Amino acid sequence: MSNKIIEKEYFSDKVIRFVVENQKISRSRKAGNFVILKIGEKGERFPLTIADADPVKGTITLVVQIVGVSSAKLAALEIGDCITDLVGPLGKPTDIELKGTILACGGGVGVAPLLPIVEAFKKAGNRVVSVIAARSKDLIILEDQIRKWSDEVIVMTDDGSYGRQGLITAGMEEVIQREKIDECIVIGPAIMMKFASLTTKKYSIPTQASLNSIMVDGTGMCGACRVTVGGKTRFTCVDGPEFDAHEIDFDEMLMRLGGYRAEEAVASNKYFQK
Amino acid sequence: MSLDPEYLKSERSQEWRTALRSKIKNKERTAIQRVHMPEQAPEVRVKYQDREVNLGITAEMAALEASRCMDCVTPTCIEGCPVNINIPKFIKLIENGDILGAAATLKETNALPAVCGRVCPQEKQCESRCFYVEKMNLNSVAIGHLERFAADFERASGTSNIPKTAAPNGIKVATVGSGPAALSFAGDMVKYGYDVTVFEALHEIGGVLKYGIPEFRLPNSIVDFELDNLKKMGVKFETNFIVGRTASFDDLREEGYQAFFIGSGAGLPRFMDIAGENYNGILSSNEYLTRVNLMGANSDNSDTPVIKGKRVAVIGGGNTAMDSVRTALRLGADRAMIIYRRSEAEMPARIEEVKHAKEEGVEFMNLCNPLEYFADEKGMVNRMRLNRMGLGEPDASGRRRPVPIDGSEFELDVDLVIVAVGVSPNPLVPSCLPDLKITKWGTIVVEEEKMQSSIEEMFAGGDIVRGGATVILAMGDGRKAAENMHEYLQKKVSNPTKIN
Ligand SMILES: Cc1cc2nc3c(=O)[nH]c(=O)nc-3n(C[C@H](O)[C@H](O)[C@H](O)COP(=O)(O)OP(=O)(O)OC[C@H]3O[C@@H](n4cnc5c(N)ncnc54)[C@H](O)[C@@H]3O)c2cc1C
Ligand SMILES: Cc1cc2nc3c(=O)[nH]c(=O)nc-3n(C[C@H](O)[C@H](O)[C@H](O)COP(=O)(O)OP(=O)(O)OC[C@H]3O[C@@H](n4cnc5c(N)ncnc54)[C@H](O)[C@@H]3O)c2cc1C
Ligand code: SF4
Ligand code: FES
Repeated sequence: MSNKIIEKEYFSDKVIRFVVENQKISRSRKAGNFVILKIGEKGERFPLTIADADPVKGTITLVVQIVGVSSAKLAALEIGDCITDLVGPLGKPTDIELKGTILACGGGVGVAPLLPIVEAFKKAGNRVVSVIAARSKDLIILEDQIRKWSDEVIVMTDDGSYGRQGLITAGMEEVIQREKIDECIVIGPAIMMKFASLTTKKYSIPTQASLNSIMVDGTGMCGACRVTVGGKTRFTCVDGPEFDAHEIDFDEMLMRLGGYRAEEAVASNKYFQK
Repeated sequence: MSLDPEYLKSERSQEWRTALRSKIKNKERTAIQRVHMPEQAPEVRVKYQDREVNLGITAEMAALEASRCMDCVTPTCIEGCPVNINIPKFIKLIENGDILGAAATLKETNALPAVCGRVCPQEKQCESRCFYVEKMNLNSVAIGHLERFAADFERASGTSNIPKTAAPNGIKVATVGSGPAALSFAGDMVKYGYDVTVFEALHEIGGVLKYGIPEFRLPNSIVDFELDNLKKMGVKFETNFIVGRTASFDDLREEGYQAFFIGSGAGLPRFMDIAGENYNGILSSNEYLTRVNLMGANSDNSDTPVIKGKRVAVIGGGNTAMDSVRTALRLGADRAMIIYRRSEAEMPARIEEVKHAKEEGVEFMNLCNPLEYFADEKGMVNRMRLNRMGLGEPDASGRRRPVPIDGSEFELDVDLVIVAVGVSPNPLVPSCLPDLKITKWGTIVVEEEKMQSSIEEMFAGGDIVRGGATVILAMGDGRKAAENMHEYLQKKVSNPTKIN
């Protein structure tokens, strides 16, 4: 298990796609699983979703958005470099079944973890309508790949620089108004998931949200990733990362995302209440 | 083996031991005072997370202490040792000046003597069964200090003897986890000639020895030294490998592994499920200790953050609670408090740890129980509400049940809360083996004599079987499992129709 980087592609100056060698994980992973990485001896353990995998080549694909030290350290690695530690697949895989029509919603870098789920739902015979959203055009990622596995794709940007102008919830409403949705999945910043979830709750559409809690070990050992779902404390890394969105205490989740809440709140407020 | 009276007798009647016994009268031996472990002064040691509190005894102190031991005809101390170390033999070797011989004796039955000499609750084990305690009401021989001395001497001497291993038999076996149970299992199996691989989920080998027990009690370098010995003996280590996830048991069987030892530990933290417990600044002892011990969050060049609380409340009374509260002091707490719902008499922590904690200035708020937490506008804990407890009738554990006292509620300002109220077995392995029998608590059911589970090629031991115990019990399980897996595999090999 060399964890060698064999491809690196910039989606934007902050969002990068890596293809990494790890034969075991490439074979055992399922849609919805994630890995924990650590870069360098003094590095921190942090989670990233497995966006894709090729069991023949023995590779997995990761898409990372630079937000802080660890993601920046990963971004600084080049083809041929090795990731010091990489463990997985972690988390419960997405429950993929033939359900009818799936509404798949991804915000920002959340589109990366959404991709394998969209693919799996499509392959299971569902009709898949995807809504992908970001602040502006250059932050829309993986559009072509999402298109490949969707019957329809709606692109929303905050500033209208690409697709339609507006929030992801506007795109979702449009689809919900016009056709029956059997299940919805949302992945993105916590604040986006909160509002997306409120939207589908109005229409009683079963909804799963994939949470990006703070993690340390990713194996259920520490409880850093705890979240309240249906009034009970659950561990995102082993009980999730997907939970029934209508049962998640998003306000607690946002609070637990911690120190960077202030900065993110400013950005999200702009994004959602404008 | 070493409890066999014939064997013990023959060892005891060796010429050098007979001679040593007659050198000093027992009366003189018993007149010697028990050695005191030299310690780093409390006001100095609370400044350093990475400096050992116990400094180790000197060669002179060790020789004198060893001479206290009377080399009893019936050494009851051995019965008190979960791995039955030949205690009088190693102590007499120290008295005789053959420290490396003493270390070799320890290693006959204990794969990690430098670890055990530091963390075993000897006062409840071998030392509680020493003749001095049982028959004379005196302080026991300092067996633990002597064990540590011999192991440290060997390590410092650079002439560490690698135990002999049998010729490789080509049979592959694996462990799930790399805590003390798995390590002692691996050490024995490699001695029998097996091809042993240790699979560990984390990026470091050692289980609780690395992520749990802090540097000031058990330096990682000591664990690493022991791991190095296992490597030299031929044990293979794979980190970042979660058995059942990274690869399934079937995948591993396909790769040729014929039997497994499950030593996956009891790593899941419990919380109390009270109001406000998910506020920021409230974390499990596992999270706190992992951030500091495994990730080095206390040092400036680590990317992993840790909250350096000023008013720290640690909930619980076990070793984990003591390790957490003492860590908090070392990370700069002004007030570091233990909040325990029973009284000191019921505390499960080692006596030495409680003593050290008190010397360092830890406040003990016994017979108190948290009820609720409060936070500031950012969700950061700043206050807690507790009530006082009284002790009622004994409960199932035999300890007196704590009962809340009406109207005793009070509040406390805190900025960090560490919850150390116990752990549960790791459910990962049982969840991927539907045929594996488990108890209602989630521990793996084994045939006690053999440590064999309901799946015949799977053995188990340590906290995943006991639900939370000690390093030495985990190691004892590993040894027992190795012995019985060896027997099981040899039968299978001599009856090859059973092998696919
Ligand atoms: C199951 C799971 C799957 C994930 N999958 C992906 C993925 O596929 N791609 C990806 O890019 N990220 C993913 N994340 C999030 C990713 O783990 C974090 O962004 C990363 O750990 C941040 O580390 P850092 O050191 O770079 O930032 P830090 O130094 O920890 O944080 C710096 C700043 O970045 C921001 N930030 C940090 N964490 C987050 C977060 N979770 N969400 C939004 N902003 C944050 C805050 O403003 C913070 O102050 C996932 C998280 C989880 C739990
Ligand atoms: C803070 C603390 C202090 C303690 N102090 C003392 C003390 O002073 N004296 C004493 O005797 N005892 C002490 N104990 C208890 C003692 O450490 C444990 O009883 C002992 O470590 C149990 O050993 P184990 O081998 O069963 O498992 P652990 O040491 O728990 O190791 C299990 C390992 O298995 C790994 N694992 C789990 N699942 C998988 C999987 N599927 N694949 C791969 N790897 C896996 C885990 O990551 C872990 O590293 C303490 C415990 C703690 C937490
Ligand atoms: S019981 Fe005490 S005095 Fe007797 S052999 Fe054991 S350690 Fe020595
Ligand atoms: S990340 Fe530690 S329990 Fe989930």
